[in-house]
Parts: sequence; structure tokens; C-alpha cells
Amino acid sequence: MCTTCGCGDTHLVPVELHEKILAGNDRVATHNREHFTAAGVLALNVMGSPGAGKTALLEATARASGGRWRMGAVSGDLATDRDARRLEKAGIPSRAITTGQGCHLDATLVHDALHGFPWEELDLFFIENVGNLVCPAIYDLGQAANVVALSVTEGEDKPLKYPVMFQAADLVLLTKCDLLPHLEVDVEQIRDGLRRVMPHPEVILLSAKTGEGIPAWVAWLEARRAALPRRHGHTHGPGGGHHHHH
Amino acid sequence: MHEYSLVQSLVDRVETLVRERSATAVHRVVVSVGELAGVDPGLFRTAYETFRDGTVCERAALELRTVPASWACPACGRSIPPGEVLACSPCGVPARLAAGGDALLLETVEMEVP
Repeated sequence: MCTTCGCGDTHLVPVELHEKILAGNDRVATHNREHFTAAGVLALNVMGSPGAGKTALLEATARASGGRWRMGAVSGDLATDRDARRLEKAGIPSRAITTGQGCHLDATLVHDALHGFPWEELDLFFIENVGNLVCPAIYDLGQAANVVALSVTEGEDKPLKYPVMFQAADLVLLTKCDLLPHLEVDVEQIRDGLRRVMPHPEVILLSAKTGEGIPAWVAWLEARRAALPRRHGHTHGPGGGHHHHH
Repeated sequence: MHEYSLVQSLVDRVETLVRERSATAVHRVVVSVGELAGVDPGLFRTAYETFRDGTVCERAALELRTVPASWACPACGRSIPPGEVLACSPCGVPARLAAGGDALLLETVEMEVP
């Protein structure tokens, strides 16, 4: 009410907020991250175009692991659970997140997929995002790092065309490098593009088919696992210091 | 295209504010979009115009402020022009992005309160 004369008029007030529109997603992502960290699970958000070789990468990782890591995955897909089934076959327990029309995963979709999934027992948890070089980049899921797969068949201009995705990447995997002899693609030009969109460019050239570059990828995973905060004994039981995942 | 889900988050937030403050109307919503926020301002506006019908934002104008991505050396302060390698070679350090260049922020909501 207008206090000057009591006429009942309303006041026009500007409410200054300066807050992230994705603050709600970020809160859930922080919650996911706390769970992963407390359980000593290295969670990776794997992004890239459709057909960049994300699923093949995880299959190759399972082969390279040789049982050394307990691995699991959730994979976002518009309409099918094909990727999840492929991963299961490769020995990676998986769950599909069918997004329908959704072009990306968000923190809540990942959180809900964790229910009833034995993620706490894992060393490596892959979140295979929806194939898309645009939308997934801006959604924090609670991962420890973003890994972007870019196949050498996609051309040299992709880093400069999709700077947001590559800027968000902690590691870029240039996949399908076994095809290079058949292509007119200059890998050095892709690397140069990445240096112009990533302040910390980390790039591995690899082939899931021939195994080239897989040792460097495995070494990167080892280093990331070693950098995780130490797991504090048993955190699952009552009084374990953090609330159990519900 | 994720602009619709972003607009939904925006409208949800404004609805909460309206409830909290018992506002009778929303006049203006100001959003800043960083060049590297991963949001197309045109698509965001289209999504807003479509989505706001029947919400508290129905009559609220959307003001979009774009924030350019500006990179600089954190050591010597030299600015790195767009398209250049994102590192300062004399200092040997990676460039740093100025605040806002990759953010999508709800800046201000102008509303009528009793």
C-alpha cells in the first residue's frame, strides 16, 4: 500500500538478483558431486557429436582396464537404450536415460538415474551425454571433469564453431585417428583451433579400434583418480559422516 | 535447443519471487547473456515470447544484455584479442575469462508490490 496517502497504489520495485538462471541445476549438481567425492568415485561427463565415438571409447576403456577398475555408466539418448546395451555387453553396468526431446542431460536426470544403481561401488562412473556439441556444455552434472570426444572425421573447424563446448572441456579426445590416412584432415589445425578456444588445452589423439592413444587416456584417468580426495573409510553405514543416497 | 528449458527455469524463479513478495505484476525482466554462455539470445527471446503466456511473465518485457567474452593475461593484464591462442606467451600462462563472459544471469526483476 502507498504509505504517503493510503490510496492503495502499488509500488514498482526493481529486485536486484544477479543470480545464475541455472542455479537450481547447479544445486543438484553440487549434491551429486558431494556424493561422488564422498564415495571416491571418479565421475566423468563424456560429451561430443552423435557418432563421435563416445560409446566406442567406453568399450575400449573397459578392454584396456582389464578388470582393474570397476566401471559403470549412464547414457543419455533421445529415444533408445542402444548405447546402454552396448556398454553392458562390454562389461560396463549401465543404465539408459531416455531424454525424449531433451537435447542434454541435467543434474536431476543424473541424480534420479543413480537411484537403485550401484554407483557407490565404482571406481569410474561415466555419464555419456546426449550426442550434441551445443546444449550439454552448459549443464553441470556433478562430474569431476568434462571429456569431449571429437572425431577426426568431423573436420578442422569444429573447435572454432563450437567454442562453448570445448571451453568447458578438461580433456579433448580426437577419436577415430585410424581413419587419418583416408582423410584430408590436418590434425595440427584441429589442435591449433583448440588452443584458441581452450585456455588449458589437453588433447589426446586416439583410436578405439587400433588402441592408439589408449595408454595416454588410461594415464589421464589414473592421474584424475589419484587426484580425488581420499575415501574416508566406510561412508555408507549409519554415522558414516554423510547422508546415504536415498 | 535448450533455450526453452532455460526460460522455464527463469519463469519458475520469477514466480517464486512474485509469491515471496506478493507482487501484483511483473513489468520487466533483465537477463545478461555471456558470449560463451552457450545461449543464443535470439532463440532465448523466441522461447520467452512463446513460453510466457499464462505465466507471471505474460506482460513482462524481457531485456537481454549481451556480455562479450573478453580474455586477458592474469599476470600482466594484457588483453587477448578474439581468435588468438588463449595464452600469454611472454608470461607463459593461460588466459583468463573476465566475469560474465560465460554466464547466463537473471539480473533484475521489476515488479509491482503492495
